[in-house]
Amino acid sequence: MNAPVSGLLLALGLGVFALGVRAAEVQVAVAANFTAPMQRIAADFEKDTGHKAMVAFGATGKLYAQIKNGAPFEVFLAADNTTPARLESEGDTVKGTRFTYAVGKLVLWSAKEGYVDPKGDVLKSAAYQHLSLANPKTAPYGAAAMAVLAKLGLSETVGDRMVQGENITQAYQFVATGNAELGFVALSQVFKDGKVSAGSAWIVPADLYDPIRQDAVIMTRGIDNPAAKALVDYLKGPKAASVIKSYGYDL
Amino acid sequence: MLSLDSIDLAAIGLTLKLATVTTVLLLAIGTPIAWWLARTRSRLKGPIGAVVALPLVLPPTVLGFYLLVAMGPNGFVGQLTQSLGLGTLPFTFAGLVVASVFYSMPFVVQPLQNAFEAIGERPLEVAATLRAGPWDTFFSVVLPLSKPGFVTAGILGFAHTVGEFGVVLMIGGNIPEKTRVVSVQIYDHVEAMEYAQAHWLAGGMLVFSFLVLLALYTSRLKHNWRG
Repeated sequence: MNAPVSGLLLALGLGVFALGVRAAEVQVAVAANFTAPMQRIAADFEKDTGHKAMVAFGATGKLYAQIKNGAPFEVFLAADNTTPARLESEGDTVKGTRFTYAVGKLVLWSAKEGYVDPKGDVLKSAAYQHLSLANPKTAPYGAAAMAVLAKLGLSETVGDRMVQGENITQAYQFVATGNAELGFVALSQVFKDGKVSAGSAWIVPADLYDPIRQDAVIMTRGIDNPAAKALVDYLKGPKAASVIKSYGYDL
Repeated sequence: MLSLDSIDLAAIGLTLKLATVTTVLLLAIGTPIAWWLARTRSRLKGPIGAVVALPLVLPPTVLGFYLLVAMGPNGFVGQLTQSLGLGTLPFTFAGLVVASVFYSMPFVVQPLQNAFEAIGERPLEVAATLRAGPWDTFFSVVLPLSKPGFVTAGILGFAHTVGEFGVVLMIGGNIPEKTRVVSVQIYDHVEAMEYAQAHWLAGGMLVFSFLVLLALYTSRLKHNWRG
């Protein structure tokens, strides 16, 4: 091997080594409704900071159970504020790191154009066979959907037309494949660049359910990981904020 | 002491009903398929055998996803069932039965096929010389000789359907008394941190599965010893 080539290889090796020292990996658990924005934020985060976010998505209740049983997550983005608070009181998080990264909105959505009217009156009709929602026991958006039905006095009439997804992504998938005519999903799943991107939707008025404050927190495991703190700072920054807003969340 | 509540009991009842219906259907559908696979010299034997065995290696998500799309209002199965006035199959008990028949097919067809192949040509030829027609041969010669194969097929088909999870999760919609089977109920309990209830059901499944396999292997042992 001649000198210039080996010199180049050495430089390359050192460069990779140096990058390895500076850039760290962070394991992140993210509520299913935040999937699309998080994928964009994670890509931007890696580009801007060199750190890599390894993201797992799921229902908040499931992620909580996994964390309690030793899942290696260092940052947790929940779909509510009670789960992170509970973890905090149980001593699993780094004190003082909990904050609201987004306020979610519930939407009644159908994959069909014109199926859901702007006032959501279709919900009261007998026209549909299946109304999809996320499991209210484990998914905050499912619990919010149940609250809306209760407030509208429809819990009884909807009754056995209700089908449950394991998380909000599956609730969406039942509607997207047309198997359920309509369903309660997260606005972020059907919202892009300031409008509902397909089908028809009724954005549920905020007075029909408690606001879905989505909190994030650094887990005890992530206390010494610079990438964990960097990710949380990045989530609070302007670039992440504009991504989050573009999916229909409030801040 | 916390034990099974009415929702858990409904899930158990539904699971047993699903496994029973599926097993009966599979024995009816699987027997001719297994017979054909055991006797044929057709070139299609390989491909058909492979299709039957697919659920052994495919993740349930693949089957669940295709069934959800195919049986939905825009899928070809969904178009068919709708034109027959049956509505669509996801979120229904009938839909779970259809999915389970696909999913547990190899567990019924393969033991039957082995049993039929083990009989060989000779008993059939003897039956033919005694002027037994094909149906008579099947019921008087083949069925008695392959009884252990039917027992194995029935037990495995039933037990495998009881143990089904991924496909049901993807097309069931988690409706009490219609599609919420035991495995899904356990998953819900675990997700909701209801570990005590999860333990009751999960422990029950463990004991059930062990007993089924124990019965299967002891009966096989006896059979081999006699034979």
